[in-house]
Amino acid sequence: MHAVSKSSEPRKTAKMSKSREKNTKRRVVEDDEDQLDLFKENKDEAPQKQVEKDGPSDGEDSDDSDSEESVFSGLEDSGSDSEDSEEDEEDFEEEASSGDENQGEGSSGLKTKQELSFTKKTQGKPQREKLLVKEKTTAGKTVVLKGVAKDNGTVQGEKKSKGQAIPPPQVDEYEHDTSDEEDIRNTVGNVPMEWYQDYPHIGYDLEGKKIFKPIRNKDELDEFLDKMENPDYWRTVHDKMTSTDIRLTDEQISLVHRLQSGQFGDVNFNEYEPYIDFFSGETMIHPVTNRPQDKRSFIPSLIEKEKVSKMVHAIKMGWIKPRKPKESDLQFYDLWAKEDPNAILGRHKMHVPAPKMKLPGHEESYNPPPEYLLTEEERLAWEQQDPEDRKLSFLPQKFSCLRSVPAYSRFIHERFERCLDLYLCPRQRKMRVNVDPEDLIPKLPKPRDLQPFPTIQSLIYRGHSSLVRCISLSPSGQWLASGSDDCTVRLWEVSTGRCMKTVEVGGAVRSIVWNPNPAICLVAVCFNETVVLLNPYLADKLVYNATDQLIASYVEPEEERPQPVQWQVPEIEDSDKGFRLIITHPKSVKQVTWHSKGDYLASVLSDNSNMQVLIHQVSKRRSQNPFRKNKGLVQCVSFHPIRPYFFVASQRCVRVYNLIKQELMKKLMANCKWISSMAIHPGGDNVICGSYDSRLSWFDLDLSTKPYKVLRHHKKALRGVAFHKNYPLFASGSDDGSVIVCHGMVYNDLLQNPLIVPVKVLKGHTLTHNLGVLDVAFHPTQPWVFSSGADATIRLFT
Amino acid sequence: MGGQQQKKYERGSATNYITRNKARKKLSLSLADFRRLCILKGIYPHEPKHKKKVNKGSTAPRTFYLLKDIRFLLHEPIVGKFREYKIFVRKLRKAYGKGEWAGVQRLRENKPSYKLDHVVKERYPTFIDAIRDMDDALSMCFLFSTFARTGKCHVQTIQLCRRLCVEWMNYVIASRSLRKVFLSIKGIYYQADVLGQLVTWLVPYQFAHNHPTDVDYRVMATFTEFYTTLLGFINFRLYHSINLAYPPKCVVSPHFYSQKLSALSATLSRVISAPEDEDAELDHFPAEGEDAEALQVREKQQKGLDAQKRLFEGLKFFLSREVPREPLAFVIRCFGGQVSWDQSLCMGSTYNATDETITHQVVDRPNVDKKYINRYYVQPQWVFDCVNGKMLLPVEDYFPGVTLPPHLSPFMEEKDGDYVPPEKLKLMALQRGEKPGEIKFEEEEEGDEANADEDYDDDEEEMDNKEVRDEKSLKMIEKQRSQERAVSVMVTPGKVKAENKMRLEYEEKAEEKHLAIMMMKKKEKYLYDKIMFGKRRTVREANKLAAKRKAHDETLKANKKKKGKKD
Repeated sequence: MHAVSKSSEPRKTAKMSKSREKNTKRRVVEDDEDQLDLFKENKDEAPQKQVEKDGPSDGEDSDDSDSEESVFSGLEDSGSDSEDSEEDEEDFEEEASSGDENQGEGSSGLKTKQELSFTKKTQGKPQREKLLVKEKTTAGKTVVLKGVAKDNGTVQGEKKSKGQAIPPPQVDEYEHDTSDEEDIRNTVGNVPMEWYQDYPHIGYDLEGKKIFKPIRNKDELDEFLDKMENPDYWRTVHDKMTSTDIRLTDEQISLVHRLQSGQFGDVNFNEYEPYIDFFSGETMIHPVTNRPQDKRSFIPSLIEKEKVSKMVHAIKMGWIKPRKPKESDLQFYDLWAKEDPNAILGRHKMHVPAPKMKLPGHEESYNPPPEYLLTEEERLAWEQQDPEDRKLSFLPQKFSCLRSVPAYSRFIHERFERCLDLYLCPRQRKMRVNVDPEDLIPKLPKPRDLQPFPTIQSLIYRGHSSLVRCISLSPSGQWLASGSDDCTVRLWEVSTGRCMKTVEVGGAVRSIVWNPNPAICLVAVCFNETVVLLNPYLADKLVYNATDQLIASYVEPEEERPQPVQWQVPEIEDSDKGFRLIITHPKSVKQVTWHSKGDYLASVLSDNSNMQVLIHQVSKRRSQNPFRKNKGLVQCVSFHPIRPYFFVASQRCVRVYNLIKQELMKKLMANCKWISSMAIHPGGDNVICGSYDSRLSWFDLDLSTKPYKVLRHHKKALRGVAFHKNYPLFASGSDDGSVIVCHGMVYNDLLQNPLIVPVKVLKGHTLTHNLGVLDVAFHPTQPWVFSSGADATIRLFT
Repeated sequence: MGGQQQKKYERGSATNYITRNKARKKLSLSLADFRRLCILKGIYPHEPKHKKKVNKGSTAPRTFYLLKDIRFLLHEPIVGKFREYKIFVRKLRKAYGKGEWAGVQRLRENKPSYKLDHVVKERYPTFIDAIRDMDDALSMCFLFSTFARTGKCHVQTIQLCRRLCVEWMNYVIASRSLRKVFLSIKGIYYQADVLGQLVTWLVPYQFAHNHPTDVDYRVMATFTEFYTTLLGFINFRLYHSINLAYPPKCVVSPHFYSQKLSALSATLSRVISAPEDEDAELDHFPAEGEDAEALQVREKQQKGLDAQKRLFEGLKFFLSREVPREPLAFVIRCFGGQVSWDQSLCMGSTYNATDETITHQVVDRPNVDKKYINRYYVQPQWVFDCVNGKMLLPVEDYFPGVTLPPHLSPFMEEKDGDYVPPEKLKLMALQRGEKPGEIKFEEEEEGDEANADEDYDDDEEEMDNKEVRDEKSLKMIEKQRSQERAVSVMVTPGKVKAENKMRLEYEEKAEEKHLAIMMMKKKEKYLYDKIMFGKRRTVREANKLAAKRKAHDETLKANKKKKGKKD
């Protein structure tokens, strides 16, 4: 009975699972059959239960719950747990019959006990089944056919498997639970025997006295001797609890043999008993149980009534509304049946529609023309590019036939990107520039209509050995003077290109200017710190003699005034060269320029003090510094051709001074970085400035101090600019080796702005040391332009 | 003195725009919901003209919406539905948590849903507007219709997309409005002319999709939600415009959705049996300011179009099993051809391979075992090339196993100066009705021209090829002249130079232009340079393509010669 009480717990869980299983099964039945059938089943079940209850009560007095359980187990299927319940019932009988056996086993086999319990169960089962069959036949009806069918199948199998496959939880249970085979000779209980290793005793007997170990333990030798001598050695087993040797009986040995060979422990057990089918296919006349139906099974439920009445009330009150009919959401109709022009709101006009996807080109074809396929290098370049930078988002490929075309791996990506573009990309309406480039070109008067202007190069003046920095034309236009870095001044005849004279000077000539007065034949040459007035003897004899006389007629003033420069009359050898006056400056001189009357001369010193500009009067040999303050590095200066104005170009602006009033009149902002050269229109109202940042600014003094026009015709720094005296022409020479001649018409009408049209690009000079044209000058009467270059030549364009 | 001080950014463009976050707050929606709303309502960010002003002086990158757009969203009933849905989700979660299954059931039944009909009407007040914006909708629906049940989107969506696509294709067949087809490596492009609007869509090839992980399918699903509604309404209207019952009978049963093809084979039931002679001659009236010539051109175009519509009429096609059935059947039917395939492959086949009246069998394998003598065996490209060429091309180039001629994009319309592949020239000649012999000659000519083109230096700064050439020669002449002058010291008897008047004139003109360009304003110059740069680039690219082609042809010739020698 101990075993039963102990094993009750796992059984319970098993029962629960069972009942759940039953529930599910019943549900299945419900689904299949009608409500009526369910009632039937219930009805059937009830009497069955009753009978069941009565049945076992004949033999023994087991309680209600037990019997019910047996019913379930019997009805559903013979699970392993049902056996336990059987066990209780049959225990009494078995105890009596196999009592002696149990006694023997108690000490010996651990497993045998188990096996025995199984045999008992299997023996018990047929009995009970018989009983049920009896009842069933009286009931006369098959209940839960499914369960029966399952039974038929499983019972046989189970019988077979019971011997070998013992469910693991039971094994565990018996291992730890030693209470039913308790050895009364040693009362230590369930304690590992190793704990007694160091003690002389091994446990306690029933009276509480120590059980001592045998005095002498068997050693190997004893063991061996025993093995050799004792004929029963093979059937002796050592009992650790009492540390005695036990000789197994014949029955026990046969039991062990049987178990080893996989047979049942009990000799008398017949595995192959004939099977009695409990749930037969026959229809029984009588119910399984005799129990009358419950009253509740035919009386309407009060609880349900209450619930229904609540619902009815709620419906009456309008709390519960009928479910809305599910409208199928796909109802298409003619949405644009009435196209209302008023529906087009301002919104729609403001709407910026998303640009359509780009249509594919030939390169996207599965079989493109061969030229659209990428070469190896192009492919590599494509792969190395960032995906955003690629011109094509895919690699063009060629397939020989349509069936070999694979799926495009980025298809979903591209569609997704399009989606993102549609709803995330900011849109802006942009006016597409669809301009014909020809329309952008300004309509200018044709150069042919603006003739005359120099068109081709007609003469080259060779002779200088280094770059020609400056040139100047005689007022008559017959002679040309040029100064070069080879420390010479050459005088040329314009029409033939013949070098008339070469004058050696003491340094690289920075500037050379012919006196504009036709009655005077003088050339101002500046090199190093000196400005020399040179008489070239290239004019009418009367004229140059008159010039010499004019210079010689100078009378020293009575009172010597302090002068910033030194006026000298050259010595004989110099005067043979033609030098007439030498003005020695404290610093090196950059530029000289004549006043149009030919008496005054201005020179620019490369100095960063207030003495940068000096004005000399030749007739009186007097010099003066007109400026008290330094206002930036002076680049060049110029006299106004008519009025007493003086132009001083510093790095970024041009200042116009009135020499009589001695005041600043205007400050022209040139909008450039560094002015290189300047020229005044013969009318005197317009100024052009060339700058090293390759711009030419045209100022209209009547208009504003800002340039009227900035021309960026040259590609490199401008070195020289010039106006023609009679023709409306101006020219600019630049480091890129070209001279650009422009038509610059100034109208007398003040309302009309000057017309500026480039008419010719003249090229001829070769670049040397990155320098091209250094100076340009116009012929005083003809539309010819001269240019001097870094290639040591002077060219005439006519 | 002076009134109140003007605060900055309280008038002008700053008040017309609203940042995304502010818009979101104004609508009190989560970002996800805001985006959904924008997608459905077609609201998109705007790029303000003066970004810094709008951004209140800051230059931080922000997206701006028009304030009017956002105000417009405020009245949208869908916004309310979004909120309801949020509540619904919360309730459902609660019910799940508590295990109230009945409650879950009830909630599910009352799941808030919204309709997009009014949104469609709002976004497209006229039908033409809707058709104009169909491209993306169609492409998206065709993509979704190829999806399998992968859980990336609802099954109902996929089925609906399939249905709409089938309906659309049926309409295109019935109205014969397909114009161009293009087999690209991405998929098949179709272009149809619907009510005068060109609608282009892309259909992927029939393969299982490898769903990428970095794609947000929810965004795509939202778009599809709108697009399906739009397409449904458009289809309805289109069907009614050509007297067809909508929804078409063949499409109604859901079984057909999966089988687009079979749906295509059925003819559509008409609401009113239309009189057969639909193509009654329409009188042509010249439009205002159109002279007789233009009218003639238009008439000719119309004739060509009619001929194209009846391209495959009277032809009977049979598709082999390895051929993509759906696109081919669609295209062939669009141009009046009959088409069938093996019965065992797919439903909807109308006749067998053994039918003696079949004129063309479309085959995509190197050789066919059993050939019938009275039909052509062609590769599928023939069908598509015929459609694009608007005529039945000679079948010889498309026999099975033959190297196919390149498949050209019908969407490319080459302007003069662009590179035209020789195949296109050939096709154009065929269209004009010239014989292939003549074409060869022309091709060679073309090659020569290409040669000449290549000779020019691409890096020249001049704008036109011819100009470049002239400019160059001019330079040469000038150089020579200057050299002559530099060298000749002795006097030699002069020669009379025959002056080429044309040349001189040309030189003069070129110089004039050059000088005028110098006088351009800075802004215009920049623009001009840009345009010229673009022009030069296209020329360069065209030259490059021509050179590549030439090299290719030469290698081919060399290979042929080698082979000939070996033989």
